[in-house]
Order: sequence, then structure tokens, then C-alpha cells
Amino acid sequence: MRYGREAEVLKDISFELPRGSFHFLTGPSGSGKSTLLKLIYLSEQASRGRIEIFGQDLAALKRADRPLMRRRIGVVFQEFRLLEHLSVFDNAALAPRIAGRKPGAYRADVADLLAWVGLGDRMHAMPQALSGGEKQRLAIARAVINRPDILLADEPTGNVDEAMALRILRLFTELNRVGATVLIASHDTDLVIRSGMPVLNLDAGRLAQAPPFNPELAL
Amino acid sequence: MSLAFDANRWWPAPLLPRGDGRDWALLFVVAALSFLAGLAAVGALAGERAAAGWRSELIGSATIIVRAQGTDTADEEAARAAEVVSGTKGVAEARALDAAKADALIAPWIGANALPPDLPTPRLVAVDLDRKAPATGAELKRALSAAGIDADVDDHSRWTAQIMRAGAAIESTGAGLFLLILAVLGAVVAFATRQGLAARRDVVEALHLSGATDGYIARLFQARFARSAAQAGLAGAVLAVLAAVLLKLMSTGDDQFTALLPIAWRDLAAPAPFPILAALVAAVTARMTAMAVLAERP
Repeated sequence: MRYGREAEVLKDISFELPRGSFHFLTGPSGSGKSTLLKLIYLSEQASRGRIEIFGQDLAALKRADRPLMRRRIGVVFQEFRLLEHLSVFDNAALAPRIAGRKPGAYRADVADLLAWVGLGDRMHAMPQALSGGEKQRLAIARAVINRPDILLADEPTGNVDEAMALRILRLFTELNRVGATVLIASHDTDLVIRSGMPVLNLDAGRLAQAPPFNPELAL
Repeated sequence: MSLAFDANRWWPAPLLPRGDGRDWALLFVVAALSFLAGLAAVGALAGERAAAGWRSELIGSATIIVRAQGTDTADEEAARAAEVVSGTKGVAEARALDAAKADALIAPWIGANALPPDLPTPRLVAVDLDRKAPATGAELKRALSAAGIDADVDDHSRWTAQIMRAGAAIESTGAGLFLLILAVLGAVVAFATRQGLAARRDVVEALHLSGATDGYIARLFQARFARSAAQAGLAGAVLAVLAAVLLKLMSTGDDQFTALLPIAWRDLAAPAPFPILAALVAAVTARMTAMAVLAERP
């Protein structure tokens, strides 16, 4: 994968994420973690190579089918990317609304999910009024409201303290238990090791050796 | 005020942020275009009516210029000419104008009482033609020649052709202006749509990643610009109607103004369709532009 005439950001990478698996994606800044996630959530197109998601080759995927695939992928961004003009409730309700569901059919689901992520009393608030942790949980709620088959997160604990980071990790683990395939890009080595989950380690655009698993630190 | 949030009463908020500074500029431009289009439509209708009126006057009449000949006086010759053409097919009525009226017609050029009384000036015969099947100038000339009357016939065809050309020019100019204004409106909306997509890139990105199709996002911009264009178009159309009313009131009692621009009350309805047209043009342009811009994204 390369941007324009720049050097390749990702090269010679080959891996498979089994359905229902949980992986961390680690590596230093500039190693290509965000680019890899972008390729998976269809925000970028690979300049060469082959990517298959749900058994479909992305290069052969018609433009009209890309939104349908995106609806099966939930994404949590490091910088949240919340819509500032929409309330917490409206932000969380974005995906079912776009999928064409009637408000009456998903109002209760959104309310339950926001309560589950600890935002039950902030549903009317605007994103500007939320703390970093609250924004992060709202971003997660927005990503999982449609029960995606794949959940991607880019540095989801980058803006929160350790206690909140562990809480968010438990949230992802819970989502994984109910069937989502989870891939989390993270700098937080301590969190990665404590999770005990398998790791894809990127270094200079290539997949490198994964760090050893330490069961004593597992959650 | 209670901050309690009742999820059961929640209803989705608009996905695009409600208006910003750029929208005000767009509203102003669309209102101004609507105002100009409204005035152009009223002007074209009034101009066309003026041309039609003049054309009707000219087509329905002819003038015969009779020169004195032989022993008959000019008045006698004119009376005979009137009698001859009265019996011609396609003529409703013909009447010889007396010397005083003939002199009055040429007075603006040579002055009153400037002619010596014994100067043989031509006499005029005013002919009202049958409007359904008017006699031509050639037919009148033939009838007069057959009766041995030396006369020229002016059936106003030269002026009629010019006025018809002027009427057609007014119509085509009005239609051209209207189309030009719609084209400008489309261009302005296309520009605003591109600006809107660029300014709300974060919204577009979030919608895309949440599974929105290009059509879904384009519809948001389409609805936003159609509504703005309809509102601004309505404001401009109302202003155009007010301006036309003012022109009509100003022209009351001024015959020349009324003859040039005879605005009828029903003409004031001409700007009415513009808000709808503006909304349609804005919707189509915004959709096409948004679809084209979104197609450039992965």
C-alpha cells in the first residue's frame, strides 16, 4: 500500500483474522497501523495485493456494495470523529438511522446501549460537553450499535486514564464474547500484554514478531 | 427547565448542521436571481402585450393617400376612393379625412397654418379592415386603379413586420434571460454544494463510515439546497411582484409608459413559479454535484 509516489506504507503483509477472534495491532508510530485499519474499513484502497473481507475481494467489490459492507464493520477512532452538531443520542443512533430503520425500532436499543457504556444520564448532551472518556465510550457505542461483525479501534485508550482504559478493554472483550471479530490498534503495550490477546506487530510496514504472551498479566 | 431526556420521545435531528455563514450568501444570490427572473417575466409579458396591441392596430387598418386628379378636387377624390374601397372584400369601413384632419397630421413637421390654402395637398382615407380576413394593400390598390383613382395604399405591412420582429425579440430575450438566470442558479448551487461537501467533510466521512450510500449523502445536500432555494426564491419573487405593482401604479395616468409597458394585474402571477423552479434546479444540481464529488472518494 502506498500513497501517491510516497514509499510503501505497508508491504508483504499476509494474515487472516478468524471470525470471532480478538487481536491487538501494535507497532511504533508510522508503522502503518492506521493505514491497515483504513484498508479494512474501506477508507483506502490497496495499491496492490489482495484483501478479502467476509469472503469478498475488496478490489472486485462494486461501489454500490461498499456501504453494505461498511455497515458490518464498526470503527472507533482515536480522535472519536463524533458529529458535534448532534446530541449523544443522535450520534449513537447514526448507523441504524442510515440503515433505514424507523426511529421507533431502535430508540430503545440506543438508550440501552448508552446506559451500558455509562452514558445513560448524558443522552441529551452535546459532544462538546463530554469528557475524553465519555467521548470515547460514545464513539464505541456508535460503532457497535448495529452489532457489527468486525469491530476496529484505532488507539481507543489513547485519551483516557488507566482505569478508563481497562474499562474500555472490558467493553471490547464483552463485545467479542457476543460474536464480534475485534482488532484494536494500540500503543499501550501494558494494556496489550495484560489483555492476553494475540498481537499483530507492525514494524516499518511489515508484520514483525508478536510480543510474548504473559498469562500472569492477563485480564 | 428540566434536562431529563425521554428516549421514547426522541426524534432524529437533521444530519447536516443547520445553516452557516455560507448559506446566507447563497440565500441572497438566489433571492436576487429570483427577483430578476420575476421582473424579466413580468417585463416580457408586458412587452409582448404592447407589441401585440400595436400589431393588432396596424393589421386592422390601412391608409390611402389620394392625389387630386383631373377636374375633381382632392376632397371629392378622397370621398370617391372611400366609396370604392368600402365595397371591396376585406374592408369593414373607409372614411375620407377632411382637409383639416389631413393638415393636422402633417402639422408636426411643417407647422400649423404654414401651408398656403391653394396648395393641393393629398387627402387621406382611413380604412378599417375586416380583422378576420383583411384585404391586402395590393387588393385595395387594384380596386382604386380600376376606378381610375391615383392613390397610394399604405397597409402598414412594413411596420407590422418590424413590430412582429420586436415582439419576437422581446419574447426570446425574456426566455433567454430566464434560462440564463436558471443556469446561473445551477452554477451557484453547484459551487455551494462543493463548498458544503468540503466544509462538512467530517460529517460526510462519518456518514460514509456508518454505511451511508453516496445517494443517501447526496439526498441530504439536495434537500438542504432545494429548501434554501425555495425559500430564497419565494422572497425574491415576492419582491419582484412588489416592484411590478409599484411600476404599474407609477404608470397609471402616464399613457406613454402604459403604451410601452402595459403591465396587467394577471402578469403579477408570472414570478410565482420561480421558487418551485429554483428548488427543482437546486435539487438536481446539488444532487449531481454531490454524486460527482462523492464518486471521487474511495
